[in-house]
Amino acid sequence: MTAFFLILKKEFRQIFRDPAILRLIFLMPVLQLIILPFAADYEVKNIKVGIIDLDHSDYSRSLITKFENSSYFKLAVYSSDHHQALKWLEKEEADLVIEIPPRFESTLIRENSATLQLVVNAVNGTKGNLGAAYTSGVIQQFNQEIRKDWFEFPRFNPEPFITVVPISLYNPYSDYQRFMVPGILAVLLTMTGGFLSALNIVKEKELGTIEQLNVSPIRKYQFILGKLVPFWLLGFVILTLGLVVSYVVHGIAPGTNIGNIYIFTALYLLAIVGFGLLLSNFTSTQQQAMMVAFFFMLIFILLSGLYTTIESMPPWAQKIAYINPLTYMVDAMRMVLLKGATLRDLLPHLRVIAAIGIVLNFLAIWTYHKRS
Amino acid sequence: MSTALLDTWSIETRDLTKKFGDFTAVDRISFKVGKGEIFGFLGANGAGKTTAMRMLTGLLNPTSGSAFVAGYNIATDPESVKRNIGYMSQKFSLYQDLRVWENIEYYGGLYGMSLKEIREATGRMMEDLGMNAEKNVLVSELPLGWKQKLAFSIAIMHHPGIVFLDEPTGGVDPITRRQFWNMIYQTAREGITIFVTTHYMDEAEYCERVAIMVDGKIEAIGKTSELKSAYHAGSMDEVFYLLARGATRSE
Repeated sequence: MTAFFLILKKEFRQIFRDPAILRLIFLMPVLQLIILPFAADYEVKNIKVGIIDLDHSDYSRSLITKFENSSYFKLAVYSSDHHQALKWLEKEEADLVIEIPPRFESTLIRENSATLQLVVNAVNGTKGNLGAAYTSGVIQQFNQEIRKDWFEFPRFNPEPFITVVPISLYNPYSDYQRFMVPGILAVLLTMTGGFLSALNIVKEKELGTIEQLNVSPIRKYQFILGKLVPFWLLGFVILTLGLVVSYVVHGIAPGTNIGNIYIFTALYLLAIVGFGLLLSNFTSTQQQAMMVAFFFMLIFILLSGLYTTIESMPPWAQKIAYINPLTYMVDAMRMVLLKGATLRDLLPHLRVIAAIGIVLNFLAIWTYHKRS
Repeated sequence: MSTALLDTWSIETRDLTKKFGDFTAVDRISFKVGKGEIFGFLGANGAGKTTAMRMLTGLLNPTSGSAFVAGYNIATDPESVKRNIGYMSQKFSLYQDLRVWENIEYYGGLYGMSLKEIREATGRMMEDLGMNAEKNVLVSELPLGWKQKLAFSIAIMHHPGIVFLDEPTGGVDPITRRQFWNMIYQTAREGITIFVTTHYMDEAEYCERVAIMVDGKIEAIGKTSELKSAYHAGSMDEVFYLLARGATRSE
């Protein structure tokens, strides 16, 4: 017991004596949580619209006004020259171009229908798709308004209107920040827990001090625990800091179920520190460890449902996402912070994380060799 | 295993061999080291000294042959071997970012010493090394010679039966080397066996017995005086040169 206690003491002394690690632990999470959620916003606003109006009618003008009034669009360029469209897209002066053909109004009145052309720059796929969708919405609305002008509706409308009134639960304003902050906090826990533990052991390999440890009678599990516990505890410091920042900066109040986050994090950190230890068994320099850690980190982040929903991934990617520990942490964090989830709600996730943790730590102990 | 072996020999190897793929780093070496003896293990770079030592300290599994260290079989009971040996590696093994006493505390802990034992050992060590004023200094701020002496003291703080020193005086000035060897003599007098590798031949003269390794094999073994007369040489330097010039391996 004394041995284990002294190993812990030594680890903490080294951590608190290294300014680089201290910055990583205290400054990085705070800064990232303050800045990133504002920037990592998925809502597409300020789509630059170019309009080519070849009709110059009342209808074409009122359609243009509709775009001007939308907060999603910015009327960037306007012309009556058909050839302008491609030039605007090439020079990125417009993200999408709407061409109102000649005799738009008269065709509409005469034939009850008319055609518009929509050209979208789809280099940025998300922006292109959303832009096209928003545009259809605006045109739809325009359509209905004309109908209202034209018809005196009978008591029973021959073409029924169905209006959907959405209510956003748990995140009433569908605020993107509220969605991202818990996820980013989960990523930060992963980076510090996984990276720092891996780098710590590999550093001992580089210095040669691990050799001194390997010729000592210290037990494998004592060594692994001695490396695991400090980073496990540091994870809670980061979590607490992160929750404070989320509340102060982003107004996300954790609610009464906050304890559940700590319980979940306790298990999650065990898994992720185990991952770091496993990583250190297969690398011999800090550079290697860093590279490999980045490789996994990217996969963890992209296949965790942090940015994109797992359900829309191809089946093979979904399989990876479901064995990705970060998937569960991101989701649990959102469940608790936004929905106030109970432990009962978290139970399925807790089970998976416990299983992943056991496997990773078992592998870490198994692949650590005091001798070769 | 007989008690006689435990009483007389600290280290006993029989045809100890280590192969890395096709390369035989250590080729069937057999030797015995007595209790409290200062045993020098000499050889050029790449001769296999460090590999042999890593096997004896339980860091490396032998490919074949056997070895007993402090009475325990290195292949079947390496953890018992580890409890009874001290080791000072070629690489400087103290933590630079820890204070002198913090290093002592940590290593004492690894060998299962109690806090009280560690405190007492620290006091004694600081006294013996004349480092009372430096107890609180970060190891990175100590001169190299002091670090080496401190590392040696820490390697024997748990009173092992044998201490392995892997080129302990590399890069150290002659005066400090002299002091270092005085510490080694002192330690041997306390009954601790010293197994030291070196390629400084003047240091070889300080050893009671030496083994000279060439290309993974032990080419000569014996008291330094015996070896010198057997090879009609005036110094260990000449003996070493006579034996090692045939070497085909080098780093």
